[in-house]
Amino acid sequence: MASVTPALVAEIREKRYQRSRGAHAHVALEGLSLRIEPREIVALVGPSGCGKTTFLNIVAGLDREFNGEVRLAPRADGAPARVGYVFQEPRLLPWRTVYENLALVLPPQRAEPIVTDMLKAVGLAEARELYPAQLSVGMSRRVAIARAFAIEPDLLLMDEPFVSLDHDTVEQLRELLLGLWQVRPTTVLFVTHDLREALMLADRLVLLSAPPAHVVGQVPVSLARERRHSGAEIELLRADVLRQHRELIGSAGAMSSSPRAEPAAVREGR
Amino acid sequence: MSASPTAERASSWLVSSSLAQRIASVALFILVWQVTAEVLHSRLLPTATAVFVAMVHMCADGSLPFNLGITLARVAAAFFVAMIVGMAIGIVMGRSRTIDVLFDSWLVLLLNLPALVIIVLAYVWFGLTEAAAIGAVAVNKIPAVAVTLREGARALDRSYADMAQSFQMGRWRTLRHVILPQLYPYIFAAARSGLALVWKIVLIVELLGRSNGVGFEIQLYFQQFDVTRILAYTIAFVAVIQLIEWALFQPLERRAARWRP
Repeated sequence: MASVTPALVAEIREKRYQRSRGAHAHVALEGLSLRIEPREIVALVGPSGCGKTTFLNIVAGLDREFNGEVRLAPRADGAPARVGYVFQEPRLLPWRTVYENLALVLPPQRAEPIVTDMLKAVGLAEARELYPAQLSVGMSRRVAIARAFAIEPDLLLMDEPFVSLDHDTVEQLRELLLGLWQVRPTTVLFVTHDLREALMLADRLVLLSAPPAHVVGQVPVSLARERRHSGAEIELLRADVLRQHRELIGSAGAMSSSPRAEPAAVREGR
Repeated sequence: MSASPTAERASSWLVSSSLAQRIASVALFILVWQVTAEVLHSRLLPTATAVFVAMVHMCADGSLPFNLGITLARVAAAFFVAMIVGMAIGIVMGRSRTIDVLFDSWLVLLLNLPALVIIVLAYVWFGLTEAAAIGAVAVNKIPAVAVTLREGARALDRSYADMAQSFQMGRWRTLRHVILPQLYPYIFAAARSGLALVWKIVLIVELLGRSNGVGFEIQLYFQQFDVTRILAYTIAFVAVIQLIEWALFQPLERRAARWRP
């Protein structure tokens, strides 16, 4: 593995938000460095408002006003890396159909078979001609995930992809995501403040501090994916992580030991 | 509420009844006009039937379609120039704070300039030409279009632009599928009020400095005190503009809004 070029190398020396006159600038990120190997699934875990989304936007190239460097490994043919982004909200174009929402991120001459394929893969072949307003929340998320996979991304970014959904929907989406990833393996960087979710999906957890955010710990998850369905094993892992990283407790309500009976939406406070 | 067939029937009855009401309303207007004119029996208020007969005559000799056509062509030209220029100015001002601050007072000045002043100045500076006429009408409408579109451009949702950028949708696709659909309501609002304003100003432009068109004809019949023909032109023209609204604007707007639940 040592000789493989990493899929992503990010060195953020500083990212600050200029406030209006008089007030001090808010430093969101400081000394944050991260390196991700190809096809690795990395979860970025940290308290709410610690700058996780800011970091994703920098990696996606949406925010260029920062001090530091982000390098994405180019594709095999030398073209720049493609980044698929699943935003916190689905962010589908409400005035375009499900089909068009996917087709618009693809080259026109190749769109049709890819979109058909992707819609089938996420179980939405029937919804092709619907407008986003006609979809349920879970369906919209599936379209957003399908859109991100459709471009065959070299790096898939996901910003709290399962936030404010009910427990069953989250479960289904997680299965769907892993299924898609197994057929179309790619490097994944996703953000969450739910430790349990991170442990169920990721190969490695990267723990962020409160702002100015930097990496305070890394946790490799070696538990086989098939065994992560069991709540008990995940609970054990979670307790372990919390024991070793006491700073995570209390910095975010979501990471304290709240009972699982509560619906995800309430627990995550969104 | 299990009586959905009844509800459907009721709603279709409502639609047809509103159409019936419209027709009844127009019929009532014509009736009141006819009766009043008969009673007054004055040269200055011709009957509806007299106006209708005049309209038929002017259609037969070709003068009405000819002048109507010329005026409509001027309306169309001024309308499109005003829409395109106004949209461009509005979008740029809505996106850039610097440009907005710099030119906002220009816009206010233009908005408050009386149509007549613009028309007279255009004829004085550029001569009694077709270009001056159309340009003057367009300049009257541009600031209103710009102000409306500036609102639209300010209201653009940044998150869709981010999505388009991260998926590398490219400029043209972003404009067509991300930016413009957000601006459609503003464009329609500007087009609606634009058409209403433009056709009224075109008549004045024709009256002051053209030798054909509805405005010119109305001036001619005004000098002859021929109210019958003035009304014939007016009614024909209003009908055509209303037809454009029904047959063009409304279907386009419905199409643009078909995604709304």
